[in-house]
Amino acid sequence: MDYNFHWQPVIGRLPDLLLASLDTLQVAALSIVLGIVIGLLLAILRMNARGRWTPLQWFAVAWIEIARNTPVLFQLFFFGFGLGAWGWHLSPFMIVLAGLSFNCAGYLAENFRGGFQSIPDTQYRAARSVGMSAGQTYYHIIIPQVLRKVWHPLTNQIVWAVLMSSLGMLVGYQELTGSAQYFASRTYRIFEYFAVVALIYYALVKLILMASRMLGWRLFRSEGGV
Amino acid sequence: MIDITNLHKRFGPLHVLKGINLTVDKGEVLSVIGSSGSGKSTLLYCINGLESIQDGSIRVDDTEVHHPKTDLNRLRQKLGMVFQQWNSFPHLTALENVALAPRIVKGQSKSEASERASEQLNHVGLGDKLDSYPHALSGGQQQRLAIARALAMEPSLMLFDEATSALDPELVGEVLDTMRMLAREGMTMICVTHEMGFARDVSDRVAYFHQGIMEEIGPPEQLFNTPQSEHTRAFLSKVR
Amino acid sequence: MDYFSGLQLKDLGFLAEAAGRTLLISGVSIGIGSLVGLIFGWLLTVLGRTGRFLLNAVLDVFRSIPLLIQLVLFYNLFPIIGFSLGPFAAGTLVLTVYTVALVSNVTRSGLESVSPDLRRAARSLGLSYWQDMRHIVWPVGLRAVFPAWVGVALSVVKDSALVSVLGYVELLRASQTLITRTQEPLIILAIAGAFYFALSFPMARAASLYEKRWAQ
Repeated sequence: MDYNFHWQPVIGRLPDLLLASLDTLQVAALSIVLGIVIGLLLAILRMNARGRWTPLQWFAVAWIEIARNTPVLFQLFFFGFGLGAWGWHLSPFMIVLAGLSFNCAGYLAENFRGGFQSIPDTQYRAARSVGMSAGQTYYHIIIPQVLRKVWHPLTNQIVWAVLMSSLGMLVGYQELTGSAQYFASRTYRIFEYFAVVALIYYALVKLILMASRMLGWRLFRSEGGV
Repeated sequence: MIDITNLHKRFGPLHVLKGINLTVDKGEVLSVIGSSGSGKSTLLYCINGLESIQDGSIRVDDTEVHHPKTDLNRLRQKLGMVFQQWNSFPHLTALENVALAPRIVKGQSKSEASERASEQLNHVGLGDKLDSYPHALSGGQQQRLAIARALAMEPSLMLFDEATSALDPELVGEVLDTMRMLAREGMTMICVTHEMGFARDVSDRVAYFHQGIMEEIGPPEQLFNTPQSEHTRAFLSKVR
Repeated sequence: MDYFSGLQLKDLGFLAEAAGRTLLISGVSIGIGSLVGLIFGWLLTVLGRTGRFLLNAVLDVFRSIPLLIQLVLFYNLFPIIGFSLGPFAAGTLVLTVYTVALVSNVTRSGLESVSPDLRRAARSLGLSYWQDMRHIVWPVGLRAVFPAWVGVALSVVKDSALVSVLGYVELLRASQTLITRTQEPLIILAIAGAFYFALSFPMARAASLYEKRWAQ
């Protein structure tokens, strides 16, 4: 082996890489928030499809199935080149945000749907029988239980969003991976840069899992945590 | 107190209740017996408006339950209900289970609701379980918790839907004892039940339901000792 | 030939060939990765505490680092240690390891889902450890997680699109090339998307139906 590792340039760039990882966290966090809001709407639309399907329900089902059954990179390309056909040109940041939100919403919609369907009807009846309104029943009884059911898949989705945001590199967004590629291309120290970036991702993922476990433990202590 | 006339309930093609006429007076304990599918549980769901009806009327204290203008949430505060599956709220402690509805439905303050909830829990013998979560309680304790939860709304009528039939045999007694206690205190109760001993000892009247029809109703001695209807006799000979 | 020109019939052949490469690289990776993943998953249920911890920690690395980074890292690692791998070989290797990491997890939860009572019943009939494995634990446990395995396999097919970063011309890379030349993004993306969808949707649907039946 006659390769000489050069870690010095990478170490020098560490502050820049850490700053770039904030961009990674930002775009992932925004996609998750959008994904939760849209995913809830999609889940509610899909659950209300009883018998007859309205266009709105077709829309929800199409969104969910396309998000789950095509590659994320394909979805990013769609928001990248695809919209260009209609003269819409999104910035690289917006491409990543739109693509990840689209994807997360589809996956989370199915998680939410599963969560809602796992709460027995009898819980609803019990709450209504003591005089709670439908809104109170959802807010105090149904939602807290659904949150517990989807906590684990939601955590996975957050991790997944952080990992997927690395595709920003392929559409020109300089988050953590994109920045690493940019610096690496100027020094030809690709391996070193990507090794360090791999470590940063690993640390980010472990931090997210730890935070989720601690928060879950506080929220769901009634059932022995998550 | 409760006045039911010509009540019809259908689930699609299924005719579950076929013209029920029934009056329950204040302070009365009525037991409803019959084989499964006879419509007796559906009757309870119709009384507190959890199921719609297709014909007839149900009046609770002169309020028409199924009138579109009736505020069901308000009405249900008067009607406590206990289910076969106790349906405790798994994410809340025993105290929170009981205090939640008085707080958010009746607008009691948190401390007031908690204080009354702990009184109710003491009343059903769960005074030492205030901070326990349902998963740490036995079925019998969870069912007593459900009774306390309903009582906390200070209902004037309690509906029991086979409150003991999902319980292990050794836990049935504690729940029946709690129901007996309520009866002694003068609570108006409608109990759908499979416990013939309870029906005989505690109720003022017993009604026998058969295929959506109230076949027979009368004091327990009369219904159990000298049943008038063929169906009632056949049913009683099977359960005894 | 003009650099920019409309979509032609032979372009469809180009796309079909690329789709074939998508199937090839994901098929090989899923095949080998599932076999190794089965073994590792079983190891996770029989190893001692330290062994299990170590194996889990190693597999976990591949689930905690973006696949894109893994691809670039491995592709650049081989020249460093003295031999070079083409995009296909490097891509297959990384996708395989990634599959192993996912399948071993699925396998472990399947094997652990078989109730000890069932196993005691089998052993009480005189079955040996391996007979118990072969006739009871594997069929029952793996059937229970078959839908989850389908999910893993489909995600590997979709993630194989990332191998394009190494210059391997699979379906998405080919689409990108054609889009640049023809300036017809919508139709080309629609073809590529439809291919993935037609592959993934029926299988995912079938797996979820199977899961529902199994749950009853």
